[in-house]
Amino acid sequence: MISGIIGKKLGMTQIFTDDGRVTPVTVIEAGPCAVVQKKTVPSDGYDAVQIGFLEIRESKANKPMTGHFKKAGTASYRHLREFHGDTSDMEPGSKVTVEIFARGDKVSVMGTSRGKGFQGVIVRHHFKGGRATHGSMFHREPGGIGSSAWPSRVWKNKRLPGHMGNGSVTTRGLEVVDIKAQDNILLVKGAVPGSPGGIVIVNKI
Amino acid sequence: MNILDSIEKEQMRSTPDFAIGDTLKVSLKVKEGDKERIQVFEGVCIAKNGGGIRETFTVRKVSYGEGVERIMPLHSPLIADIKVAKRGKVARAKLFYLRDLSGKATRIKEKEYKAEGAGKAEASAKKARAEKPEKSAKAPKAEKAAKAPKAAKAKK
Repeated sequence: MISGIIGKKLGMTQIFTDDGRVTPVTVIEAGPCAVVQKKTVPSDGYDAVQIGFLEIRESKANKPMTGHFKKAGTASYRHLREFHGDTSDMEPGSKVTVEIFARGDKVSVMGTSRGKGFQGVIVRHHFKGGRATHGSMFHREPGGIGSSAWPSRVWKNKRLPGHMGNGSVTTRGLEVVDIKAQDNILLVKGAVPGSPGGIVIVNKI
Repeated sequence: MNILDSIEKEQMRSTPDFAIGDTLKVSLKVKEGDKERIQVFEGVCIAKNGGGIRETFTVRKVSYGEGVERIMPLHSPLIADIKVAKRGKVARAKLFYLRDLSGKATRIKEKEYKAEGAGKAEASAKKARAEKPEKSAKAPKAEKAAKAPKAAKAKK
């Protein structure tokens, strides 16, 4: 079995653990996913399986994708992703469910962070900014961004204003608190990236 | 039903109906080593916060002259039992003003209840009021005086 699954973040709540402590948890609806394609060393150069999440009507998929799903003999899916790992017992059509996880497992969760738009350096890079009063003319600007004679250009990766958020973010080391196999629900301790409704990739680490 | 709601509902426990100003006896499970015993925390409920599974309540008591407050999740499994010892009549949703008061000033008027909830003290208070209905101006003062020793007793 592979060690990851595709899921959908539903939101956060809290639960009481066995010793009475309050634990913040994120509820993730993970799977059931179906294997759509199996990649092997002879044909593709590496071992992996491609799994699909969130079933859609066949008419919703475009023609190339419909052919892809037909070849596997599975339903059509909205999200596809490849996972590495032990794929020897997996064939196109076999299912991946939350049961690959157990209580206490450490997982990493990857999601798409909330978009913040174009942000200045204070929000984007935690610059301090200048003082507001006493004739200060330096408030929220980035300040100097380099030297003149040499290098006479701005260094790459210089922290400047720009678009923030709406990118892939991974949170590592989260604990699986509970699994509700009949509802395909995974409870993970702490927060995961993205808004409720966002697609997340949960991987065992 | 929404899955988030159902997860929360699963953990909610039936709790007694109590209000701000009530004197509560909260039985807490205390673990010592591998033994578990019950410890009773008795005091006035001075605040309630949140709703659903996140609801908490604050109980205040004065222990050896030192004010002690505990904030507890209403649905915590560590709470074995909540008993309402006395119903209080208060005009605030948060009784933080009690922190600045001490002694007699911290007394809370008892709420009148017709049914089972009302104890003996309640009945006697009613009686005292019934005896002096004419002296309308002085009546509240007399009532206060009549209640004072009773409240002190209840504290002990």
